[in-house]
Amino acid sequence: MLLKNNAREPFTVKDCSLVAIATGRKAQNLRELVEGVRQIHRGSIYYHFWGGLLRPNFDDPQFHNDFAVWSHYALHDDILAERLAVIDPTDFYTLELLRQELIEIIEQRLEEVIRPLWVPEDTQFHFIRSQIVVFHANKNIEHPKDLAEAVPQLPVGCIFYHFIDARRRQPKALDDFRAWLAGFGDTYEELSFLLASVDPYFVTLRELRQQLADVFRHYFRQVAR
Amino acid sequence: MSIIEEYAPIVGEDMIEHLRELAGHLDGMKVVHVNSTKVGGGVAEILVKLVPLMRDLGLDAQWEVIRGEEKFYECTKNFHNGSQGRPVPMSESLLKVYEETNAENAEELRAMLEEADLVFIHDPQPLPLLRFCPNRKGKWVWRCHIDLSHPYRPVWRYLRKFVEDYDASIFSLADFAQQLPHNLYLIPPSIDPLSEKNMELDETEVDAVKEKFNLDPERPLMLQISRFDRFKDPVGVIRAYRLAKTFAPALQLVLAGGGATDDPEGDAVLTEVRAEANNDKDIHILLLPSDAHRIVNALQRAADITVQKSIKEGFGLTVTEAMWKGKAVIGGNTGGIRLQVVNHHTGFLVSTPEGAAMRIRHLLQRPEKAREMGRKAKEFVRDNFLITRHLKEYLSLMVALFHGDEERIEFEMKPDR
Repeated sequence: MLLKNNAREPFTVKDCSLVAIATGRKAQNLRELVEGVRQIHRGSIYYHFWGGLLRPNFDDPQFHNDFAVWSHYALHDDILAERLAVIDPTDFYTLELLRQELIEIIEQRLEEVIRPLWVPEDTQFHFIRSQIVVFHANKNIEHPKDLAEAVPQLPVGCIFYHFIDARRRQPKALDDFRAWLAGFGDTYEELSFLLASVDPYFVTLRELRQQLADVFRHYFRQVAR
Repeated sequence: MSIIEEYAPIVGEDMIEHLRELAGHLDGMKVVHVNSTKVGGGVAEILVKLVPLMRDLGLDAQWEVIRGEEKFYECTKNFHNGSQGRPVPMSESLLKVYEETNAENAEELRAMLEEADLVFIHDPQPLPLLRFCPNRKGKWVWRCHIDLSHPYRPVWRYLRKFVEDYDASIFSLADFAQQLPHNLYLIPPSIDPLSEKNMELDETEVDAVKEKFNLDPERPLMLQISRFDRFKDPVGVIRAYRLAKTFAPALQLVLAGGGATDDPEGDAVLTEVRAEANNDKDIHILLLPSDAHRIVNALQRAADITVQKSIKEGFGLTVTEAMWKGKAVIGGNTGGIRLQVVNHHTGFLVSTPEGAAMRIRHLLQRPEKAREMGRKAKEFVRDNFLITRHLKEYLSLMVALFHGDEERIEFEMKPDR
């Protein structure tokens, strides 16, 4: 689904919220985990990589997806946890590619371990999927230079929608800001390059909002000189 | 100032704006919440604020309470215990009272419930109401606040037949859910930072509460706030206190519990706790009235060590409350406590009185570490467990319920205001 923010048209700000739904599918060992990953709806893969940003979740400095967290805290398999933690979902254009990467890493680990570990029943992995509710934020941004002032005021749901969720909607997995700026020809090529350097995966949404605000502010301050 | 605006200094204007935008798509919707007690217990504390906030955002929200005689509450207390795994009696006569009480309440509530766009039924007490509203036009959602992961099977088999007729269920955590033939939504509960129980208090008020209960302000204070309920393991807390006191002789313990009108078992547990305390003058057992919110608030602020050593827990809102007051919490490794107490970051998870005693000694010896964990705990609650986040998830779920099971629900138009 493409965002209807075309060149020279105002940037329509949208907000979003995730609704979490238990799928009922659980895993108590690695084999069950890989089977779950293979068969679960792709929305569940999305949720376990990105959902942590929009739901109650402690910002673990070591592990940034639910599969790695579970491998460390429940399975106590740090080799697997580290391999899973290093997966950056922004490297994968589609969730199917991301799913394949997960399967390969878990299968490789299954070949290495003599006997797959089991976790107690009360620490099993629960596959959760989500519905995303997207709505208008009652705000338009008329010109790119207005981004510097607007972005720090946006609810974090807007940041998630335009900078993270956008990668599922836009061609070449662009965020919505870069997609909009591309409509101005090469005028904002440098700004787009700076935005491409913002890694959304290792920060909270508040931190991400601050990073984006800094990029816009510094860029337009430089341009004004 | 509207009620919702009062939260802006705590959660930020952006959150308030987010809630208004989301609620704009639900303007005027008739929503009814039903539970079985107006005071006492986490459910009532959430509804007392959630419902006015929904109204403030333009929804036509109501809160109704069903009423019953002693036998009804005896039956639902058995459901409560049985849902959490304890074998309980299931006499035909009590089940009859349960269903008849719901039928009587339905007589009073039917018109409102059948007209509502959305009905939220909280916990098992009002569960059969749906069957007595055959002309309902809206969606009905069962909101389960308890840990249903390992129910006593006869209880769940009985309750399940009522739940299956609902359009959806909500559980606090995925671990708590049972498979059902409809969507199982996940929404953790929350606390209200502006309520009497959680608002900022002057130091003088905290000092006055210490004095009122003869607590020595110069000596360390350990606290567990909870109903006198075996799942909260108050006896285990006394044992942990005794183990720690060997190394910290000045330690004082407060076990403070409120009562709820739907809990007939509290007195028996209180007797067990008093026997275990055995007249130790440093153990203060406080039976507080259900409206003693400011006292609970003051005790939580006064505590040096906060414990919630439950062996079974729904979510554990007393943990959230203590964390909001900047306290590291020593919590039982169970249920929703796990979601809040991030081991070594916002507190410690323990499984035994011995484990609790070790962490009590640890925090008493390292007050700076306790303060640092407390700071993290408060910010964690601010981001995740305040009522504004809870409200956001309710609103999102309500939107989702009326737009099918699609992965993406996208509004192309702004709501009419």
